[in-house]
Amino acid sequence: MFESPGISYATLWPVLLVLAVACAGVVVEAFAPRAARFNTQVSLALAGLVAALAGTVAVGAGSSLGISTGEGALVVDGPGVFSQGLVLLVSLGGVALFAERRLDNGVSAFAGQAAALPGTPAERAASQRGLEHTEVYPLMMFAVGGMMLFCISGDLLMLFVALEVLSLPLYLLTGLARRRRLLSQEAALKYFLLGAFSSGIFLYGLALVYGFAGSMSLADIGDVAAEGGSSPLLLLLGIGLMAVGLLFKTGAVPFHSWTPDVYQGAPTPVTAWMSAATKIAAFAAMLRLFYVAFGAEGDIWRPAIGVIAVLTMLLGASFAVVQTDVKRMLGYSAVAHTGFLLTGLLGVQTDAFGSTQAVLFYLTAYGFATLGAFAIVSLVRGPNGEVGSLDRWAGLGRTNPWVAATFAVFLLSMAGLPLTAGFIGKWGVFAAALGAGQWPVVVVAIGSSIIAVFFYVRVMMLMFFTDPREDAAAVVTPSYATIVVIALSAVATVLLGVIPGPVLSLLVDAGGFIG
Amino acid sequence: MLTILVLVPFAGALITAVMPARPKLWAFGFAIATLIAGIVTMFTAPDTDLVWMEPLGVHWALEMDGFGKLMVMLTVVLVPLVMVAAVKDHDKRWYAWALALEAFALLTFLAADLFVFYIAFEATLIPAYFMIGQHGGPNRARAALKFLMFQLGGGLVLLGALIGFFVVSSEAGSPSYLISDLAQLDIGTTAQRWIFVAMFIAFAVKAPLFPVHTWLADTTEQATTPTSVLLVCVLDKIGTFGMIRLCLGLVPEASAWATPVVVVLALISIVYGAVLAIGQDDLLRLIGLTSLSHFGLITLGIFAATREGLVGAMLYMVNHGVATAAMFLIAGFLIARKGTASISSMRGMEKATPVLAGTFLIAGLATAGLPGLSQFVSEILVLISAFDYHWLVGVIAVSAIVLAAIYVLWAYQRIFTGPAQLSRPVSDLDRREVGVVAPLLVALLFFGFVPGPLISAASPVVEPLVNVIQAGE
Repeated sequence: MFESPGISYATLWPVLLVLAVACAGVVVEAFAPRAARFNTQVSLALAGLVAALAGTVAVGAGSSLGISTGEGALVVDGPGVFSQGLVLLVSLGGVALFAERRLDNGVSAFAGQAAALPGTPAERAASQRGLEHTEVYPLMMFAVGGMMLFCISGDLLMLFVALEVLSLPLYLLTGLARRRRLLSQEAALKYFLLGAFSSGIFLYGLALVYGFAGSMSLADIGDVAAEGGSSPLLLLLGIGLMAVGLLFKTGAVPFHSWTPDVYQGAPTPVTAWMSAATKIAAFAAMLRLFYVAFGAEGDIWRPAIGVIAVLTMLLGASFAVVQTDVKRMLGYSAVAHTGFLLTGLLGVQTDAFGSTQAVLFYLTAYGFATLGAFAIVSLVRGPNGEVGSLDRWAGLGRTNPWVAATFAVFLLSMAGLPLTAGFIGKWGVFAAALGAGQWPVVVVAIGSSIIAVFFYVRVMMLMFFTDPREDAAAVVTPSYATIVVIALSAVATVLLGVIPGPVLSLLVDAGGFIG
Repeated sequence: MLTILVLVPFAGALITAVMPARPKLWAFGFAIATLIAGIVTMFTAPDTDLVWMEPLGVHWALEMDGFGKLMVMLTVVLVPLVMVAAVKDHDKRWYAWALALEAFALLTFLAADLFVFYIAFEATLIPAYFMIGQHGGPNRARAALKFLMFQLGGGLVLLGALIGFFVVSSEAGSPSYLISDLAQLDIGTTAQRWIFVAMFIAFAVKAPLFPVHTWLADTTEQATTPTSVLLVCVLDKIGTFGMIRLCLGLVPEASAWATPVVVVLALISIVYGAVLAIGQDDLLRLIGLTSLSHFGLITLGIFAATREGLVGAMLYMVNHGVATAAMFLIAGFLIARKGTASISSMRGMEKATPVLAGTFLIAGLATAGLPGLSQFVSEILVLISAFDYHWLVGVIAVSAIVLAAIYVLWAYQRIFTGPAQLSRPVSDLDRREVGVVAPLLVALLFFGFVPGPLISAASPVVEPLVNVIQAGE
């Protein structure tokens, strides 16, 4: 006798809404006239995200928190809902950046017609006709839906489905840059190939873990692992292979090599949104997987993750030092931040301020900083579009003090200076790791932070104390959408640094991940 | 109430930054307001203690003990003076940053919560970075970068200690960063030593001590003299302040354990700084390096950990602040006249500028510890404690006085005596400049003969510290 599983629509409707909006976007693309598509898509996406955010807040505040639904496939708990809300917040910013058309003479940052080969008459014709891809909005919404599912996936299969739903649109979006298209397409291909491989490895690991536990549910796996199980080797291999898949998504060494290329090649609005949102979703899933399913095996994965964290921090920070392109530099800095987040993962879940809270706060701080920083990168332009070369950023602090000062705020937050959100974030992950006795990793983390400070401060030195060159980049005035994103990110970065109390308390009240 | 003392300069910085008309006057007004607030709060301010970040155990807690009073007074007096000195060749950005620096420096001296101390400790660097980078010599951008890298490096090491305290404090119950709570903690020997090492590295970079002093001379060479005054006379004091308040106050056993090493580092700083100073041709580098020597003496006094040593170190911090401020500012006036900081290109200045020469000599002799000038008192106290610690340490430390006499008098001789060599006429100090220097020189003389008020402010703070240390031994 087959009984259909009960599903708590009351807690899941925000996710379903986002996915429905994505489907509606596809329909709009097929039936709406070309002239009306842009406005329809943008308003649809914005309305969907705002409603979903409101719903997520309601779920988070409601009494039905902490349930597992759909036969345990989805677990709606405090940290999961918090990360969903965070994904929605940065995605709202992402939509605003996607919709920016003032920077490049009235067209968006996306290719006019992706199918037209670069440098061909077809491409020229497409740009002369002012074509643009409004499919980016439904693509993004699919990815957002996947990320939201990823944050609350309670079993292995759902984890994999969500991973794919969020990944595929990202590969596409990466390849859609209007300028420097070859670079963008190369990045997309690289991202896709490596991503496909890592998904395969992830799937393999998933199968092994299922073979070990005989169950897809993370909670059941955790129980079986705690009892010992029959073939621990399967579990070990499974943990390792699944970790590879997730470490790839977060850009940890040695699975990081796509990060700088994709960050540089993707359209900057995509980079801004993706760097923040993917990291949030991937770490939420990783925390859940490691704490709920593999919590009993901590002695085995902690040293391994510790080594990866050390390598990631050191390599990310050291390579960032030698970069000359601002997007690549931020790409390697993202790698270093993954290392800091992994440091936080090494701690344990506690009732008070533990690992979960530390990592989620770090993601909040980093999300706003990276969104704002890339938004500013998209403003700094020369005759041929955005200027990535840091040399040409020299003197920006004299020509555009406000833009440079705001960029400095984001850099200082990433560097972890007090009175910015990044400081509390850094403090938290280090404290979580040190509390679990992982002092060697913390020592390396502090050393890497010093290296990291160097390249952030060097950019500030370039902007404020160096004379502008003749071909210096100029700041193009954007529309209100981008201004609002940058301003709100900056305000959030400072506010979370000065009064982090409310968010910290929220996180502590949200509790830990449950099975 | 103490919060106001921090908020006044901070608000002043914001207002100065946006004020379109007469921003420097506004900044000066706020500096004076801070001075008044400092004097008022010294007598009437109750402690502040509000919960700030509950899950982390952070409190917005401020208090002003005798030691804090000394440092606050030094800060609030120096800032308006350097503002007057800086008026000609600094724009409003500098004034805004100076007020921000003052706000954060005051916060470190008032903080009764380690987390607050740390935030202010790090936050001072941003104004300092911009003050160095925006005004000064041709290589100022590099100097600013070097300064910031050293300081942030030290700061991040201190972050390790900060987190260590949190871990120990949460294991002992609910986390709290109140310094009074941390002092009650029973920290294991190993943890205590790690925490000490982290804190000491941070404060040694700040103070600075050998071998992490190399940013000092580069910074003072490239920065303008008003900036250097705020850096060396106010900001660097946070280093030695932290050594007393946090190293001795929170981890006394580890401090006692590390004392031999610290003493050796201090002795090297004393002699090496002075010898380097003698060899400098750049007047600003010279003054910077003399401070290395002085910070060595202050550290020696702190870690000798006797009553005399600690009182002497506290007094020394004030007196060094006043004397070195005077040295820097007078040197700045001199360089403005000659257009160079190179000692070898100056000669015979005393005939053209007798007042400048005289004030330089007084400030210099104060630095060298001439009896009758305030620094003498503190130096004697520190040297007594050095002899108490070990006679050999005392003997080496005493060489500081001889070497100081050499670098001051030899510099004076090369700059001011001899046949005048003036390509263009040089004017003596004008009224504004005298107005800046005079209060400092009066203070040097006054506290040279009447050190009582300073000692009575410092003593009550020293007493419990010494008791803790002796109990530990």
